[in-house]
Amino acid sequence: MCSLEHVNPRVRGIRVSPHSRLQILAAHITQDITLGALKPFKEVIDVSSGDPHRAGMKPITFVRQVLAVCLLPQLLEKKSLPLDVRLRARRLLEACDGGSVGSYTASSGILHVRQSIAEFIMRRDGGVPSYAKDVLISAGFQSALMVVVKLLASGEEETQTGMLTPMPCPHTLPALLDEGGVTLVPYQLMEDRGWAVDLDELHRTLKTARGRCEPRAIYISNPGNPTGHVQDWKSIEEVIQFAAAERLLLLVDEVYQDSVYGEGREFISYKRVLFEMDKEYSETVQLVSFHSLSTGQMGECGLRAGYMELVNIDPEVMHFVDTMLCISITGTPVTGQLALDLMVNPPQPGDLSFDTYTQEILLTRATLSQNAQRAQEFLNELPGMSCQPAMGGIYLYPRLHLPSEIIEKAKILEVEADVLYCQMLLEDKGVCLGAGCQYGETTGNYHLRLCILVLPDTLEEVLAGLGSFYLHGHTSSP
Amino acid sequence: MSQHAASGSASRVKVLNLDNMNPNVRKVEYAVRGAIVQRALQIEKELKEGVKKPFAEVIKANIGDAHAMGQKPITFLRQVLALCTYPDLLEDNKFPEDAKQRARRILDACGGRSIGAYSTSQGIECIRQDVARYIEKRDGGIPSNADNIYLSTGASDAIVTMLKLLVCGEGRDRTGVMISIPQYPLYSAALADLAAVQIKYYLDEDKCWSLDIAELKRAVDAARQHCNPRVICIINPGNPTGQVQSRQCIEDVIRFAKEEHLFLMADEVYQDNVYAEGCKFHSFKRVLFEMGPEYSATVEMASFHSTSKCYMGECGFRGGYMEVINMDPEVKAQLTKIVSVRLCPPVPGQALLDMVVNPPQPDEPSYNMFMKERTAVLADLAEKAGLTEQIFNTVPGITCNPVQGAMYTFPRIALPQKAIDKAKEEGHVPDMFYCMKLLEEEGICLIPGSGFGQREGTFHFRMTILPPIEKLKIVLQKISDFHIRFTQEFS
Repeated sequence: MCSLEHVNPRVRGIRVSPHSRLQILAAHITQDITLGALKPFKEVIDVSSGDPHRAGMKPITFVRQVLAVCLLPQLLEKKSLPLDVRLRARRLLEACDGGSVGSYTASSGILHVRQSIAEFIMRRDGGVPSYAKDVLISAGFQSALMVVVKLLASGEEETQTGMLTPMPCPHTLPALLDEGGVTLVPYQLMEDRGWAVDLDELHRTLKTARGRCEPRAIYISNPGNPTGHVQDWKSIEEVIQFAAAERLLLLVDEVYQDSVYGEGREFISYKRVLFEMDKEYSETVQLVSFHSLSTGQMGECGLRAGYMELVNIDPEVMHFVDTMLCISITGTPVTGQLALDLMVNPPQPGDLSFDTYTQEILLTRATLSQNAQRAQEFLNELPGMSCQPAMGGIYLYPRLHLPSEIIEKAKILEVEADVLYCQMLLEDKGVCLGAGCQYGETTGNYHLRLCILVLPDTLEEVLAGLGSFYLHGHTSSP
Repeated sequence: MSQHAASGSASRVKVLNLDNMNPNVRKVEYAVRGAIVQRALQIEKELKEGVKKPFAEVIKANIGDAHAMGQKPITFLRQVLALCTYPDLLEDNKFPEDAKQRARRILDACGGRSIGAYSTSQGIECIRQDVARYIEKRDGGIPSNADNIYLSTGASDAIVTMLKLLVCGEGRDRTGVMISIPQYPLYSAALADLAAVQIKYYLDEDKCWSLDIAELKRAVDAARQHCNPRVICIINPGNPTGQVQSRQCIEDVIRFAKEEHLFLMADEVYQDNVYAEGCKFHSFKRVLFEMGPEYSATVEMASFHSTSKCYMGECGFRGGYMEVINMDPEVKAQLTKIVSVRLCPPVPGQALLDMVVNPPQPDEPSYNMFMKERTAVLADLAEKAGLTEQIFNTVPGITCNPVQGAMYTFPRIALPQKAIDKAKEEGHVPDMFYCMKLLEEEGICLIPGSGFGQREGTFHFRMTILPPIEKLKIVLQKISDFHIRFTQEFS
């Protein structure tokens, strides 16, 4: 019989995320409620994931209309659908083999969409050239990231490739590195400075890592997931200089670029900064940036599509990136690829759908910004909780000051204290949040992650749950 | 690996280059989209730019993509998907009630009633239930548990995941995976990527590509010298060969897997594509359970299916599933863990799969149209399968086994020694040389047999039977004429 000892050790080594445990608990509670069990709440509210549609946010009408027509081309004749929708659908169908979204595409994605993305990047970055050949589409950004991680992976133990990884980081990252065979080299983000990146910390991390592994890459998310920090020009430049000096491949997760709301803050892409630096940087620093449909504005997580732009990567290496895309997931779903086109190339002023589109975008933006402000104020007033001002992204990441009795209890139960807190909150109030340790935290500080791109009413219920849970039995002692 | 470069010094060696890249990745190749396809795309580009060629278009008979070749999607499937994507259409009375009902059911199972929400990693629960019911119905009532169903991003995703799970050990203990020659090159590429050992077993071309247990035994015994055989992969109906295994053969393979303690991976994505008289699809699971508890309680197996083939041809949706049988619970926990890393399979693909396993029933409004379209697609493929075999067998030097199922033909071609020598001179494998010449002269893109594996000294090509029948007739004629010319040129 095939037993555990026969399972790929690399697979066995993939750490189990506490996220799964909490999800399973949430599912059980939901099932109990369906079966008639009485709880102090009527349903579970799950804001642990960045899943805006699940939380009641609406998809962009233009996107869904165009996709529907692409799925059922008979709808091209449906006059009640705006003309710009139908024209765009027709254009996109022409880019599909056999005029069908059911055909395979090239392994790196539909060329027309890659071109749209390249044009978008160029517009966004004030004219810095971007080429379709450097843009590769994948089924969600994890797939793209896995391809790059696999390419980097080599060696064992002290010679194993290492990747500098921010703490906290996106919760799927540690498992992904485990699977890819790359060592996670944690660098702390500075909580007391709004989760900024600190150069000294980067140097210190690198120094301690060398000898224990071979660091060859640095990962950073901007806007930060889960922190909500948005880097300014200087900070980005410093990281680029660091990566150049220390010969690290730069992997930049820019998935939440459309969700910046902080006062005086804007999204600046790493590529843009790179290309304004001297040639010795702009021609040599190797950079891979990631984007996806799972953004604040689109929220189309279930369509599974994203892309990466590779800058200054050798053509020979690109060939293998393409081969890996061929076999690692054998194609991004076509509906997802088309949605990427709609994301980077939305309705323009003068288009029939422009007004509706703009209203929807503005509503999402306003909801995010208002929720962020409301939640931050509320959480900062709760005893034993403090929240750094977030400037972007779709999460808040408040710090928990847990009473010693909870920490002790957690030790006995052999779970992380913030996971225990989340479990208790879930059972008591029906509110499901993310526990800080699943974002890599090991500093002995405890945090929570909550998605704030939700309906305002939902947010109020979450805050009410947190507020009353906190005041009830578990007083703080910071 | 060099240490810190002083800030500003111009070290031209890139951080990520061919030399310091993952050595396993460098060994990975994938013939179906390889060199000949690249050349075909280049020629297409040249044609668009107005370059004169002896042909007006490139016919890409290399990849099993039905829609690209003009096959129409099934109306019902697309209606439900459109309704799921833009639920306002539920108000449109041009959509049949059964389509609306299915769409509503799927949307109810999605977070926030949107296909844009993540699903659980294993796939939407009610869809897995539907898959389990479909399997039960197909297999004469043998129970299927939704818990053992994993929805995936196409069958390929599930296949690679299983291989990843099962590869372990070092040196002589390294996992060996039995794979047929010829085979669908995803397997060899994945095994190269995982640094697993490929154990090749040859299908018998003279017996219509059937499987011979003696050959399996030979292969596994030889392999035990240098690796630890743990898995056997079988594709039924076959790719590229199209053979449909007999029930007896499937029993024999199951028996063999039990005796040799092998995990059985049954790739059944072409299960509806069976054309030849006297051939029938038998699912491995059904046969396993009909062999009684001695086998059904012990043999470990995973079977795979997808939305890309059969009568749907919806490759672009990346829909699929696998069913795992008799898997050790701890191993299954590892499987569940690994699928969660990539979050979830695409939700539209899950919805599509739901339609495939839950099609219109005789008492429903869409039934007649659905059956008409489905029957037409399969009949068309059957006709093309027969035609292909017939025409190729009229050409001296081309020997074509009956295309019993799937979507391809894999004829043997006799190449004159002079051609083989010329190919070697140019640094090409002989059948690649042949296919390249065919591409340049006729604009027809096939995949050389070397991409799939073949017996030493034999040559083949794989052609899909997907082009519309009138075009297929022309293609068959052109290849036939080319073959005769080629043989004369190099005699």
